[in-house]
Amino acid sequence: MEYIDLGHIGLLIGFLLILVGFWGVLTQKNIIKIIVGFSILDTGINVLIVSLGYVKGKTAPIIDNAVAQTGYHDVSASVVDPVPQALVLTAIVIGFGVTALMLSYAMKLYKAKKTLEINKYNDLKW
Amino acid sequence: MNSEILFIGIAIVIGIVSIVLSFVAIHSEKLSIAIIAAGVVSLFASVLYLLMAAPDVAMTEAAIGSGLSTLIFFYVLNKIKRSDA
Amino acid sequence: MLRNILIALVVLVMGYMFYNTYSNYETRQELADNSISQHFAAQGAQEVGAANIVTAIVVTYRGFDTLGEVTILFLTASIIAFFLKLKDEDYNREIKHTETSELLVTASQVLIPIIFLFGIYVFMNGHLTPGGGFQGGAIIATGVALMILANPNVKLNYHVIHWVESISGVSFVLVGILGIMLAGGFLDNKIFGEDGLGEFGTLFSAGAIPIIYSFVGLKVGAEISNILNKYQKSQKEA
Repeated sequence: MEYIDLGHIGLLIGFLLILVGFWGVLTQKNIIKIIVGFSILDTGINVLIVSLGYVKGKTAPIIDNAVAQTGYHDVSASVVDPVPQALVLTAIVIGFGVTALMLSYAMKLYKAKKTLEINKYNDLKW
Repeated sequence: MNSEILFIGIAIVIGIVSIVLSFVAIHSEKLSIAIIAAGVVSLFASVLYLLMAAPDVAMTEAAIGSGLSTLIFFYVLNKIKRSDA
Repeated sequence: MLRNILIALVVLVMGYMFYNTYSNYETRQELADNSISQHFAAQGAQEVGAANIVTAIVVTYRGFDTLGEVTILFLTASIIAFFLKLKDEDYNREIKHTETSELLVTASQVLIPIIFLFGIYVFMNGHLTPGGGFQGGAIIATGVALMILANPNVKLNYHVIHWVESISGVSFVLVGILGIMLAGGFLDNKIFGEDGLGEFGTLFSAGAIPIIYSFVGLKVGAEISNILNKYQKSQKEA
């Protein structure tokens, strides 16, 4: 168990979710299924970024009162990397915004042509 | 040392269930099952964030990614289904 | 047929690139020396005065990214409002719906005030415990969603929601400009002076961080409640 670690497992889950989500976007015909594929792709990318910031054996980057009294120079030797977590916080909110926008486009498309199959929308094809 | 092995075990189980549910989400015939499966994948990812010592990210993913996203999918599905016929 | 083969080829090539990255990866044993993560972890508590290092990064060190994120959420809400095109008569219409169960109606009357209180607690204590503005705003929006589910004909006072959202957004930028006048730069948190950081670990500490995060939490909560209200009012029956 020395060579497989929580960081490796997180990386593997992230990569597999990205592949499944990407494949769902490329092969499905129903518009709602394509949007579900985008949602799984977003989740996979966020798992990947957070698991790149994992340091073996350390704890969450929050200082409680006990650490404050022993001196600040001990903190950087006992927390995981806080920068990827700050980036993923923004990415999750933006992913939700993009999903809500795609769904309102899907509603308008359905109102125009009464079908949800993407092969019937060929106004922009040659 | 004992808690490390416990965390790795839980992470492996979560990983296998997430991948299986994501396949169900892409391949199922009914749209309601696909949407619920995507919501459960997001919920398991939130537990994975907690195992990797990121509590802020876990809270945000559970509230926004799992709760509000699934709710918005069901609103749009209802409007599309009801304006048939 | 050719399309399926090409799609399988693309996925296989991506899988091969991922496999190369995965096989050379080793989990880190400690934060790298003289990197920015080590600087944030070691000096963050002293320079900013917040116990939650991730909050210190999101609000103070990378404050511009938070401003961009708030702008993107505002853009999303306004484009959804533009697409759904509700008129005034849609807000007052009563739709027919299947009867909501009594369990849901009774339980929601007990749970909704507690959910709002919890959401406000989460964004006010963002600098001490895990939490912050975005999490607290999402919890408040979930409380509003429960209100809509318990009674699909509820009339939310959308004037209050609009005013809360606008005033929070403007106040967020005004606190940032106060940072230029009184402290080091835009959205700096030492606006109460160099020694005004308060005692480490109490509620009134870390300068302007609780004020900034409270405005962000109120704005996000009001925005997502507005989106949910518009989706509900555009249904014809439930």
